[in-house]
Amino acid sequence: MDFLNSWGLTAMVFAPLVGAVVMMLIPERDEELHKMVALVASVVSFIIGALLLTNFDYGASGTMQFGVDRSWIDVINARYSIGLDGMSLPLIALTLLVTPLVIIYSWNHIPSPGNAKAFLMLILVLHTGMLGTFVARDLVLFFVFFEVVLLPMYFMIGVWGGEDRLYASIKFFLYTLFGSAFMLVSFLALYWLTGSETFNMVELAAQVQAEGLTRNQQALLFGGMFLGFGIKVPMFPFHTWLPDAHTQAPTQGSVILAAVLLKLGTYGFVRIALPILPEGAVVWAPWIGLLAVIGIIYGALGCLAQTDMKRLIAFSSVAHMGYVMLGIATLTDFGINAAIFGMVAHGLITGMLFFIAGSVKERYHTLEIKRLGGLLIQAPRMGWILGITSMASLGLPGLAGFWGEFPAILAAYNPNAGLNTTLFRVYMVVAAIGTVLAAAYLLWLLQRTAFGEPSEEFADDPNIHDTVFTEWVAWVPMLILIIVLGFVPGLIFDVTNEPVSLIGDVFENMSSDSALGTGG
Amino acid sequence: MLAQSLVAQSIFGQSIVAQGAAAEFVRPHIDWHAFAPELILVGWGALVTVVDLIGLERVRRIIGPLTGIGFLLAMIPVLTLWDLDSEIPRVLFDGAYVVDNYSLVLKGVFLFSGYVVVLLASNYMAEGDYYDSEFYQLIAASVLGMLIMTSARDLVTIFIALELVSIPAYMMAAWRKRDLKSNEAGLKYMLMGVFASAILLYGMSLLYGAAADTRLSVIGESLASADSAPFITLGVLFTIIGFAFKVSAVPFHTWAPDTYEGAPTPLTAFLAVASKAAGFVGLISIIVFAFGDLPELVEPFMWILSAATMTVGNLIALRQDNVVRMLAYSGIAQAGYMLAPLAVYGGQLAEAQQAIVIYLVIYAAMNLGAFAVVIIAARKTRSGDIESFSGMLRYAPGLTAAMTVFLFSLAGIPPMGGFWAKFWVFKVLTDGWELWGTLLALIAAVNSVIAAFYYLNVAKQMWFLPARDGDNSPIIIPPALIAAVAITVIVTLLTGVTGWVPSWADFPAVAAAP
Repeated sequence: MDFLNSWGLTAMVFAPLVGAVVMMLIPERDEELHKMVALVASVVSFIIGALLLTNFDYGASGTMQFGVDRSWIDVINARYSIGLDGMSLPLIALTLLVTPLVIIYSWNHIPSPGNAKAFLMLILVLHTGMLGTFVARDLVLFFVFFEVVLLPMYFMIGVWGGEDRLYASIKFFLYTLFGSAFMLVSFLALYWLTGSETFNMVELAAQVQAEGLTRNQQALLFGGMFLGFGIKVPMFPFHTWLPDAHTQAPTQGSVILAAVLLKLGTYGFVRIALPILPEGAVVWAPWIGLLAVIGIIYGALGCLAQTDMKRLIAFSSVAHMGYVMLGIATLTDFGINAAIFGMVAHGLITGMLFFIAGSVKERYHTLEIKRLGGLLIQAPRMGWILGITSMASLGLPGLAGFWGEFPAILAAYNPNAGLNTTLFRVYMVVAAIGTVLAAAYLLWLLQRTAFGEPSEEFADDPNIHDTVFTEWVAWVPMLILIIVLGFVPGLIFDVTNEPVSLIGDVFENMSSDSALGTGG
Repeated sequence: MLAQSLVAQSIFGQSIVAQGAAAEFVRPHIDWHAFAPELILVGWGALVTVVDLIGLERVRRIIGPLTGIGFLLAMIPVLTLWDLDSEIPRVLFDGAYVVDNYSLVLKGVFLFSGYVVVLLASNYMAEGDYYDSEFYQLIAASVLGMLIMTSARDLVTIFIALELVSIPAYMMAAWRKRDLKSNEAGLKYMLMGVFASAILLYGMSLLYGAAADTRLSVIGESLASADSAPFITLGVLFTIIGFAFKVSAVPFHTWAPDTYEGAPTPLTAFLAVASKAAGFVGLISIIVFAFGDLPELVEPFMWILSAATMTVGNLIALRQDNVVRMLAYSGIAQAGYMLAPLAVYGGQLAEAQQAIVIYLVIYAAMNLGAFAVVIIAARKTRSGDIESFSGMLRYAPGLTAAMTVFLFSLAGIPPMGGFWAKFWVFKVLTDGWELWGTLLALIAAVNSVIAAFYYLNVAKQMWFLPARDGDNSPIIIPPALIAAVAITVIVTLLTGVTGWVPSWADFPAVAAAP
C-alpha cells in the first residue's frame, strides 16, 4: 500500500519506458522476444494501474490520490507533481487497456516494412507519454509528456504508414508543434502574470482567482492554449491533419491516435484551460461551441463524401470530437461530464472501427468502399462486430456512444449562466441534425461493406478469412466495454461527477459574482 | 608605464635594484589556482609541439590523443574551482580577469567542445592526408583563446582573446589546401573576420574614450553616469556589430555558409559551436558588465538583430540541400534565439545571461553531435547531400537514433536538451508580459515550427526512405567517432530529462563585482 501511494503512479507511467530500454539491448532478429517484452511491459503497467484503480477511494474522487510531489527543476519551481483523480481515471483506464490490446494485435500484424523492435519500442514510448500527460499536475511536466507523444507517432506514420505517409507525418507533426509552441508561451505568461512563480495547476487556478487577472488577459492566454489543445482535438478548422494522419497511419497507429491521442487535447481543456482561466473560457465558449457544431456537420458531410473506409472513420472522428467540445463549451457540470464520457466512448468505438478497418485492409488489400461488400458472408463474425460498433458510433441507446452524444446535446439547451442561451440552443439543434447525418453515413458504410454479395474480384479470394485469435483477444475487451458502458454509464459518471462539479463551482461562483458586480 | 620603464632600464644595462624602493617592481598577486586551466593548456600545448618536433612522423598518430588529454587535464582545475564555491568569484589583475561560475561553466563547455572536436578530427585528418599535428595544436591555441575570453573583463583582454580564437581558425578553414572551396572558406572567413575586428576595435576605442579605462566595470559605471553622446552610441553599436559578425547574426552572417561548407567538417563543427560561443561570451560579457545600464539603447538593436537572425536563418535553411549548409543556416537561426534574451535584459540581467549560457551549453552538445553524425555518414556516402542520409535506419540504427535525438533537440522538442534551451529563452522573453518581449517570443515560436520542418526533413531521409545507393551493408564506425556521438547523446538526453541548469548562486553578485 505504501508502495502504491508513493511509487504506484510513477511505476505505472514508466514501466513501458523501462520495457523500451530493455528492448534496445535485444538484437533485432529476436522478434518473438521483442513482442514478449513489449507485452510484459504494458501488462505490468496495466496491473499496477488496476491495483491503483481498486485502491482508489471512489468516495473522494474529487481529490488527488496517490499524489507525488517532488522537486525537479528548482530554479523555476517546476515540480515532478503527479496524481490521480476522477477526471483522469477513466482516461488512464482507457489508455492502460488499449495499448496492451494494440500490442497483442501486433503479434501477427506488424505492418510493412517490418522491424518489430522499433515499432513496439515506439508504442511503449507513446504509452509512457500518454499516461504521463494524464497524471501530470505541473504545467511543465504536462507539456513535456504532451510533446513526448509527438515523436513516436511521427515515426509510426512515417515509417509504417501508407503511400502518402511522408506528407501525412510531417503535416501531423508541424500542426501539433505549431499549437504547442503557442501553448508554451501561454503557460509561461501564466507563470509570470500570476506572480506565484509556480507551474502547479491547482495553485495557479487559485492564484488567477486571487490576482484577478482581467478578462482580456485571460482571453489572450486562453487563446494560446486553445491553439495547443484545439489542434490536437482537432477542432474545425485545424482538423485537416487528422484525415491524412489516420488514413496513412498503420492500424495500430490509427487506433492509438483515435483512442487516446485526440483525448489529450480535450483533456487539456477540462484539466487546464477551464479551471485556470474561467473568464477566458467564458469569452471563448461561444466560439468553441460554434467551431464544434461546424465540426459536427462538416465532419458528417465529409464522411458522406469519402470513398475510403479509413478516411470515412477519420472524418467521423472530427464529428464526434465536435460533440465532446460542445459539451465542454457549455461550461456546465452536465456538459463536461458528458464530454469526458464522450472521450472514453469515442476512444473505444473509433479505436475498434480502426481495428476492423485494419483487418479488412489486410484481407482485401484495399479500403475502397465500392470494391468491398458482403463482409457478412465472407467473414460473418467480423461483419457483426462492424455492425455493433457502427451502431455504437451512431449513438444507439444501450451502447456507449449514446451517453457521450446525447447528454452533450442536452447540455447545450441550458448552458452556463454567463453564456448566451439562445445561441447554444441553436447549436443544440444543429448538433441534433448531426446525429441524423451520423446515422446516415454509418449505415451507408455498413450497407456497402457488410451487406450484399461479395464483389466478384474477392469472391473466391483465399486470403479472406474470419476473425483470428489475436484479433479476438484484442477486440473482445473493447466490445464488452462498449456494451457495458452503454447499460451502466454510471461506471464513469459516478467517478467524474465530483471533480467536474469542482470545475462547475468555479463557473457558478463566477457568474454569481458578475451578477452582483455588474448587475447582470 | 612601469613595465616599459623596466624594459628600458634593462636594455641600458642599469641595475633595477639601484633604482630604489619607490620604483621597485611588485609582481601583482596571481591566483595560480584560478589561472590553472589556461596555464595547463599553454604548458601542455608547448609540450605537444616539442614532442611533434622531435618525433616527427613517428609520433604523428599520438598528437591528436595527446591534445585531447590536454583538454581533459585542463578540465581538472575547472572542476576543483567549481567545487570551491565559497571562494568564487576570484578576481585577478585588478578586475581585468575574473573567475566565477559564469566563466567556469563556459570553460567547461569550451574544453568539452575542444575534446569532442579532436575526436571528430582524428580519422578525418589521418585519412585525408592533411597536416594533422599542426591542426591539433591550432585547435588547442584557439581553445586557449576561448578560456581567456570567459574570464576577460577588460576590453584589451577580450580583444586579444578574440584574436587568439580567430586567427588559428582562419588557417584551419583553408586546411584542405588543394580544394578551391576550402581556400575560399579560409579567405572569406579571414577577410570578414578582420573587417569585424576593425569595427570592434573602433567601437572599443570610443568606449575607452568615454571611460578612460579598459575595464568593463569602470566603463559600465561611467556610461551609466555619462550623458548620452553620439560617440557613446556609436561606440556601443560598433562593439555590438563587431560581435554580430563573430556570432554570424543577420545581416552580418554572409561568410558563415561558405566557410562552413568549404572548411574541413570537424573544423566546421568547431566554428559552429565553440567559435560562435566564444563570440557570444564576449558579447554577453560586454553587455552585462559594461552596458548593463543602457538597455534603452541596446535593446531595440538586439531585438531587430535577433528577430532578423532567427527568421532569415530559418527561411534560408529551408531551401538547403547540403546538410552542412543546412546546419550552418540553422546555426544562424539558433544564434537568433540566443540573442533574444539580450533584447529584453533590462531589469533581469542575470536571468538573460543565464538563459544564453544554458543555451550555449546545450547547443554545444547537440550541434557537435549532429556534426559527428554528418562526418560518419559522409565516410560512407562521400556526399554532403541531405538525401545521402536516406535509409540510415537500415544500415545504422543506433546512429539513426542518435541523430534523431540531435535533430529533435535542435528543433526544441522535449524531452531533449534543446527544449530547455528554448524554454529559458521563452521564460526571459515572456517575463512581465511586456509587449516587445512577448512579440519576440511569438516570433520565436513560429520560427521553431519552421525549423522543425527542415530538421525533420533529415529525420525523414533516415527513417522513411530506402538508401539512395541501395547499399544496406552495416558500416564500421571508428571508436573515436563512436565516443564523440556517445558523449554528446548522453549530454543532450541528460540535460533534457533532468532539466539541468548550472548553479548560479553568485550570478547577480558577479554582475556588480569589480
